[in-house]
Amino acid sequence: MRAIEIPMLALQRMLGVQRLAWVFLIPNLLLFGLFAFLPIFLNVIYALTGGDNILFADRPFIGGRNFDNLLDCGNYLDPNSCREDKFWRAVWNTAWFVTLQVGIMVGFSLLTAVVLNRDIRARGFFRSVFFFPVLLSPVVVALIWKWVLQREGVLNAFLDWVGIGGVNWLVDAQWAFAWSVFLTVWAHMGFYTLILLAGLQAIPRDVYEAATMDRASAWRTFTKITLPLLAPTLLVVLILALIRSVQTFDEVYAFTGGGPGTATTFIIQYIYEEGFAGAPRVWGMAAAASLLVAFVLVILTLIQLWVNRKSVDG
Amino acid sequence: MARVWEFLTATRGDKRLRWTDWVSYGYLLLGVFLMFFPVIWLVLSSFKTEADLLRYPPTFLPQQQQTMVVDGYEDPLPLFEMVGGEHEGKVLAQLRRVGLQAQMVDPANPSERLRVSIENYQPIEQFRLALENYTGLFERFNFLLYFWNSTFITVTATLIMLLTNSMAAFALSKYQFRGRTAVLLLVIGTLMIPQTVVLVPLFLIVSEMGMSNSLWGVIIPGAATPTGVFLLRQYMITIPDEILDAARMDKASEWKIFWRIIVPLSAPAIAVLAILAIMWRWNDFLWPLIVLTQSENFTLQLALNSFQGELRTDWASLLAMTVLTLLPIALVFTFLQKYIATGIASTGGK
Repeated sequence: MRAIEIPMLALQRMLGVQRLAWVFLIPNLLLFGLFAFLPIFLNVIYALTGGDNILFADRPFIGGRNFDNLLDCGNYLDPNSCREDKFWRAVWNTAWFVTLQVGIMVGFSLLTAVVLNRDIRARGFFRSVFFFPVLLSPVVVALIWKWVLQREGVLNAFLDWVGIGGVNWLVDAQWAFAWSVFLTVWAHMGFYTLILLAGLQAIPRDVYEAATMDRASAWRTFTKITLPLLAPTLLVVLILALIRSVQTFDEVYAFTGGGPGTATTFIIQYIYEEGFAGAPRVWGMAAAASLLVAFVLVILTLIQLWVNRKSVDG
Repeated sequence: MARVWEFLTATRGDKRLRWTDWVSYGYLLLGVFLMFFPVIWLVLSSFKTEADLLRYPPTFLPQQQQTMVVDGYEDPLPLFEMVGGEHEGKVLAQLRRVGLQAQMVDPANPSERLRVSIENYQPIEQFRLALENYTGLFERFNFLLYFWNSTFITVTATLIMLLTNSMAAFALSKYQFRGRTAVLLLVIGTLMIPQTVVLVPLFLIVSEMGMSNSLWGVIIPGAATPTGVFLLRQYMITIPDEILDAARMDKASEWKIFWRIIVPLSAPAIAVLAILAIMWRWNDFLWPLIVLTQSENFTLQLALNSFQGELRTDWASLLAMTVLTLLPIALVFTFLQKYIATGIASTGGK
């Protein structure tokens, strides 16, 4: 590390101690600027220009036409009436997916956290069991379940053995969607369980002792004590899960490829296909769509920061 | 056995199990099954031969048909046990099968050929791991190349990230300078910009810098994480300033203070961030998918994904490759499980 130490010492003599802070900051700020802030501004330019060339010199300015195209719909509830029907299919798939996935996942995370918070033997073991899939890569998660769910897979073999006929799970649109929800819940719930468990353990014991003295029923204790005291943590978990869910791509793309048809094509996959997978590459549309996603995510993140601040303060 | 029972039943001091305890344990055991069985099934399947994989209904353990070298035949012949017909009870080797009839030979008397209906025989099988699925990966595919690409990206990106993030965290926690609040706000702002929404311009920047289709194009943009700066800053704030002042009295340079004092003292936080970074980079998919278009630059994740299209019939290789991809993470998990859990809970993930 002498190679860094000598120039740093020279800079310290030149700038003084307090201003040296900027030198420590520069590498990181450079990365943030170049790969986080600059892209945001460039994204706006892309969204306002057309053509299939990635270089700005060859991109004609077209104003809000990309947004007009995306938002041109006879009826927003029916993708078929939209000019960019693929986009709206992805939007509605994502909306349904987020609603179901976040609801189910937070519900099961809460249930698991409550069970793990009981006087349970081998709690550490059970906790890590639920956490294990969080570490797996999306592609591995997708392949594991693809292997289990394939036509002649172990689940169908079990169903045959029980006497219920198997289903070709990933060929049926509704089943493929349902399994996509299941798979993402499977892969991520351990993470939220962990945060909720930490929240539960932060609730003081004496509150529960008082409730036991008053002979409150278990259900009453749960709804009147646990839930209100856990509410801030639950809210953080809910918003974190929402932010993550809106961005779902990897698992489902490796699992179904967005199919059958467009049954599991979500909004990030739409952006990926418009900009990177298809030909011609419609950068403008991809950028416009990602600005709309960014808008949703910024709102969710602001809510999260606000909630975090409130729960930290009080 | 008694100890296991004691372990499972003893709870709430010496009281007996209540029904809620039974429900809890039932739920948790179902959880263990759901979380582990698919993974175990995949690992077991990866040791099956191609023929065994195609079998329906599947068997739990990898099995292979027993074979035997019979006099007069070069290749080993598969063995069958007769369960009906005139040869019932004998063990015969199969020469070939035509429709519902098989040509068999008795190993004890190889000169005579027998005709047998396939209804009357059952294959003799034994437990055997098809290790060739794994060795084949090294012989037939560029597995080592993908493994190297993934490892290179993970290690380099993690090191760069740890260095730049801890430097920034040091500046933000131990110096009073003008513009500190502005920088902190900037870092928070970065939290709001996930890579998924700036894909198009990010790709332009990376390719203009000549890094498209290179591993550096994956490494460098991934090194900017606000989470890391936050995590480390929160930790460094707790290091008392007196230590720094004492070092300054001894004429230590600021870099020496950072490198010799702050970094070693922040080791626990840096370790947590390192584990997170390794996990993120190793498992990363979307950004490498965009940057790396030539297969010799593929990471393991990309190779796995593209192979599942190309090798539709070759599940044996695909499963073996999947197991090798999840192995490093599973090892990290077993050894560092305690730290990972607390680390992730305290940072709120990515």
